[in-house]
Amino acid sequence: MDAPPVSAPAGSPLAAAGLVVARDLKLAFRKRGQWIQPLIFFAIVTALFPLGISPEPSKLRAIAPGAVWIGALLSSLLALEFLFRDDAHDGTLEQYALSGQSLTWLLLAKTATHWLLTGLPLAVMAPLAALSLGAPIGSVPGIVTAVVIGSVALSLIGSIAAALTLGVRRSGALLPLLTLPLSVPVLIFGARATELAIGAESYSAPLYLLGAFAVLGVTLAPLASAVAVRISLE
Amino acid sequence: MAWTWFHRLGSPPYIYGLAGRLTAWFAWPAGLLIAYGLYAGLFVAPADYQQGDGYRIIFLHAPSAYMSVMVYSTMAISAAVGLIWRMKIAHAVAASCAVLGATFTVMTLATGSLWGKPMWGTYWVWDPRITFELLLLFLYLGYMGLRSAFDDLQRADRVSAVLAIVGIVDVPIIHYSVIWWNSLHQAPSLMKFSKPTMPPEMYIPILAMFLGFTLLFAALLLTRLRAEVLNRERAASWIRDVVSA
Repeated sequence: MDAPPVSAPAGSPLAAAGLVVARDLKLAFRKRGQWIQPLIFFAIVTALFPLGISPEPSKLRAIAPGAVWIGALLSSLLALEFLFRDDAHDGTLEQYALSGQSLTWLLLAKTATHWLLTGLPLAVMAPLAALSLGAPIGSVPGIVTAVVIGSVALSLIGSIAAALTLGVRRSGALLPLLTLPLSVPVLIFGARATELAIGAESYSAPLYLLGAFAVLGVTLAPLASAVAVRISLE
Repeated sequence: MAWTWFHRLGSPPYIYGLAGRLTAWFAWPAGLLIAYGLYAGLFVAPADYQQGDGYRIIFLHAPSAYMSVMVYSTMAISAAVGLIWRMKIAHAVAASCAVLGATFTVMTLATGSLWGKPMWGTYWVWDPRITFELLLLFLYLGYMGLRSAFDDLQRADRVSAVLAIVGIVDVPIIHYSVIWWNSLHQAPSLMKFSKPTMPPEMYIPILAMFLGFTLLFAALLLTRLRAEVLNRERAASWIRDVVSA
């Protein structure tokens, strides 16, 4: 693991990250079904809330923020399986670690692609789910903004958990146990911003806190993921 | 030469012996302090003018709550030491901390909920501090779950160390976000007992319990650490001498 790269690293970090993003996007387009599943899962979870609670509009409106964010949390969990697993199996991650480029940087690029494929579509689906639960049409910009920012944080927390469980054969039950407690701030700030948006109030305060959490994630999460990936390669 | 004491800490037989010799030095004062604290708290201290005798569970509840957070920091710090300096014994300390911390957290939740029944009329309230303790319990369980998922002990050590460090960064954020969440959703009436400064008959036993619990944790940690070292070194020859002696 500590052996120096055979050849000098070619290309700038930005170019390397661009290659990683392009490769992951190309692979994702070839396996479209895989990326649609978390979205369908999200739609199902949010549809279960009216069935489980009540179809009464006033009750639904009260639970809409929580339902949307719990759906987002769970569906982001489902998508984590695809983040590193295939690349760990076929040795791509090992090549990244040996490439001479910063592994932290490459994993950040991978996580960003993952967010493009899971977080961004979620920001389109979330307002639809909220509307079906009785949110007014004016709340859509607020919900979209909150989910765009919140899903960044979710992807980053998830990337740490996914990297930590790389060596585990059956990580299905472990991933939620690791990810969900760490994601509580996203749930709290995101649901609060959504609630305020639905009530047509100013939602900037929870959005700032959500943004701060996401920025902290961008700064620190790739470092932890890189350490975890290196441990899994030992 | 001045560093020999430090290098000796890396030697499992030395640690095993040291932990064995130190345990009693922590266990006895812990036992005495807790015995005094319980007696003085449960029988000597006056009843609260508002809560009657029900408040007395604080003598167990407050020290456990403090320990639940303190043990998590101890676990994260020793995990970081183990990860950064590749010190095996620090990983063993972190591994020994997890179960103890989870136990203190369960104790905090149990005593808190027993106190809640007569005071709030219900066993469970989504109070920020209770909710935080519950999340802390989940963090402990996640740490233990991750650790047990690996057969290779060294990998389990290093992977769970990363999780403990990530956890200690997130714990303050979780704590304050839960407080913020609660201040929005709940009328802040439940916890607003006007608290006059405690008389010394109350706070001296509480201080004794805090110190006693800290020492108790140290004694339990050393005992668990010995078991952990025995388990990790079970293939080593010095174990045979220790066990047969």
